Amino acid sequence: MAEAIAFYFLSACILGFAVLVITTRDTVHSVLFLVLDFLFVAALYVLLGAQFVAAIQILVYAGGIVVLYLFVVMLVNLKRPPEAHQDPHRRTGWGFALSVAVLVELAAVGAYSYARPASALAAAGSAGMPVTGNTEQVGWLLYTSYLIPFEIASMLLLVAMIGAIVLAKREL
Amino acid sequence: MITPTHYMMLSAALFMIGVIGVMVRRNIIIIFMSIELILNAVNINLIAFSAQLQNAVGQVFAIFVIAVAAAEAAVGLGIILAFYRNKETINIDEMNLMRW
Repeated sequence: MAEAIAFYFLSACILGFAVLVITTRDTVHSVLFLVLDFLFVAALYVLLGAQFVAAIQILVYAGGIVVLYLFVVMLVNLKRPPEAHQDPHRRTGWGFALSVAVLVELAAVGAYSYARPASALAAAGSAGMPVTGNTEQVGWLLYTSYLIPFEIASMLLLVAMIGAIVLAKREL
Repeated sequence: MITPTHYMMLSAALFMIGVIGVMVRRNIIIIFMSIELILNAVNINLIAFSAQLQNAVGQVFAIFVIAVAAAEAAVGLGIILAFYRNKETINIDEMNLMRW
């Protein structure tokens, strides 16, 4: 019962702040709503028993990426709002139509899965591995089975860092 | 009782909000933030299945998604800065230098 209350409260906050992110006129307010959204998503990870990913979410998303966004918003001081210029060839109607189509598909999938609960998935949950410390488990997997993807991710971050510096520098 | 279906519906709704943001807004910074929302929706799915199956591999992949999101944000914001320096705008309707 408590889990259900926490889930619905966190879901309402996540979806509400997500809507605010994409509807607010002021970009700085939008970034701040994004921080709140990420914090509630981190709380949802704690509810799911993934404390390590929740900590990473707060450190990397709410601490790092959002500060990057704030810096860019402050650097591009706009004399005229970006929404003022309207492209006459832009097909906004098609965008809305596609969104509505995907929304209808998702609702159909949701209704179908409510009608037929996934019994195979519930059965698979019982035959899992023994639960130890969450961080220990994730670290064990990262440094044994997923060592090569982990190292490739570090190379990706290095390349992205060099690329960002080269792009943002005024002249090389 | 909260089942994985609930988490999938939340994830789908968050994903849709991100897609609508990408399609409707013209400020490229807001579009990048919508992409972050989409990646977060994917992460919620991964973590929910990881909790359901009692298997930490989903959390490992969520960490990889976060790493890719950080790289994407850094390079994307660098591109925005470089573009803003040249054209003094962040409206995607005016970013048509390579259109033929």
